[in-house]
Amino acid sequence: MQSDISVRHLNKTYGDGFQALKDINLEIHPGEIFALLGPNGAGKTTLISIICGLVNMTSGKVTAGGFDIVSQYRKARETIGLVPQELNTDSFETVWDAVSFSRGLFGKAPNPGHIEKVLKALSLWDKRNNRIMSLSGGMKRRVMIAKALSHEPQILFLDEPTAGVDVELRRDMWNLVRQLRESGVTIILTTHYIEEAEEMADRIGVIRQGEIILVEEKSRLMSKLGKKELRLQLQHQLDRVPGELTLEPVELSEDGWELIFNFDSQHEQAGVARLLRTLGELGIEYRDLQTRESSLEEIFVGLLND
Amino acid sequence: MNLHGIRAIYKFEMARMKRTVMQSVLSPVISTCLYFVVFGSAIGSRMGDINNISYGAYIIPGLVMLSLLMQSISNASFGIYMPKFSGTIYEVLSAPVSYVEVVLGYVGAAASKSVILGLIILATARLFVDYHVLHPFWMVSFLVLTAVTFSLFGFIIGIWADGFEKLQIVPMMIVTPLVFLGGTFYSIDMLPEIWQTISLFNPVVYLISGFRWAFYGVADVHVGVSVGMTLVFLTLCMTTIWWIFRTGYRLRP
Repeated sequence: MQSDISVRHLNKTYGDGFQALKDINLEIHPGEIFALLGPNGAGKTTLISIICGLVNMTSGKVTAGGFDIVSQYRKARETIGLVPQELNTDSFETVWDAVSFSRGLFGKAPNPGHIEKVLKALSLWDKRNNRIMSLSGGMKRRVMIAKALSHEPQILFLDEPTAGVDVELRRDMWNLVRQLRESGVTIILTTHYIEEAEEMADRIGVIRQGEIILVEEKSRLMSKLGKKELRLQLQHQLDRVPGELTLEPVELSEDGWELIFNFDSQHEQAGVARLLRTLGELGIEYRDLQTRESSLEEIFVGLLND
Repeated sequence: MNLHGIRAIYKFEMARMKRTVMQSVLSPVISTCLYFVVFGSAIGSRMGDINNISYGAYIIPGLVMLSLLMQSISNASFGIYMPKFSGTIYEVLSAPVSYVEVVLGYVGAAASKSVILGLIILATARLFVDYHVLHPFWMVSFLVLTAVTFSLFGFIIGIWADGFEKLQIVPMMIVTPLVFLGGTFYSIDMLPEIWQTISLFNPVVYLISGFRWAFYGVADVHVGVSVGMTLVFLTLCMTTIWWIFRTGYRLRP
């Protein structure tokens, strides 16, 4: 299967000597939602900017839709829609004119029917004759997405798409992204909201200090790197973890009323069974137990701290 | 060629002129009318003819050229600077448009606005001064060539500028003095010999001289030299823009 985005040995060093990207290799498959996670300054936006033509690469090779972004830049860019992080819009234009401008810029003949469809899908139809300056921040964000979709791209980049938007709009955006994926659009998103990646992404890439440190399917990532936590509420207070339990990673809560057992989700059966058996043998009774799976955010923080 | 892309940029820029008609059209027309009233009608009536042309009529080509140069630079520099300032330049840079197409859109619109303005000023001048155009084809050709050349120059300034002050520096501090000292209000033959020689280093002399020749058939320098000098400046601007896009100077880090 040909990748929609293929990045090979990509390096970027800015004029001041700062190396923003170091030998990046990445393949993004058609029709998937790929979430690129990383702390501020990790290189997410630089990577997207190079693929979209906003920043020149220092070395490497990148293709979009099978076309080289340098030698076949027209074909490559026709396949891409970009929603940047900042709300960069022309304040004095109407919504309709701004979106129509974007379509023309990307070499597409006017198609009022398509613009209407996009505006309706983004709940912007009623605002089509409003100047962008009169819209709220959330509405402006929608306009940015409408502009990116105006030329019917095959690949959509969303750079922090829900930064600063309210919960309701965020949910709307997620639904829209899912609809786009169902229509065959490949989506690459960067986000600070790990729950966003957890909610939507098929695969996740983690970038740190200009290097891709991990690319994995979300479900496999969570089962491979995820931790589980078992909490046992005790019938009787303990003052320390009994010596028989020290072979297991068991901790006692500060108040002495809870035993906390952290274990790999892949090896849960053996560890939990052994712990409960040992507690029974020691006569330690518990009145309740709870388990909790670590979130993607905890996995992400763990990766960055490694 | 991405014709839809060129058209989109061109339409966008022309729409900006409509939105700012007071600043883009009315303001330069009023300023130029004031020149006609003061120098053409009031003072001009007390001045002698130059090369058998009334003073009021003599200064018309220079005044049109003054507006044309200023507006070409201003339109084109603002046209490309504003997307840089507001951040909307990302869309142009990520679109499947070549640098030639980007320049055609922005510079084409800026030059169109300037030519329209020049023609409006010429029509308005009729209300104050009687003049004729001996070589209409060459008059329009000079108008278009100058508008395109200085729009290219303005485009370069717009990319170079990293603040609003820099946008104003070149038109106000360099172009305006060159126009005033380039024979707008006088023939350089009227200057002492040393100043005549110095004036020949002022590129605007060639523009005004050529433009005036198209009106009245008289010029400070040969019309061929005027066309040649304008083409040299045009080539310099085009080469600079080619370099800007090749290196990504102040556009693509």
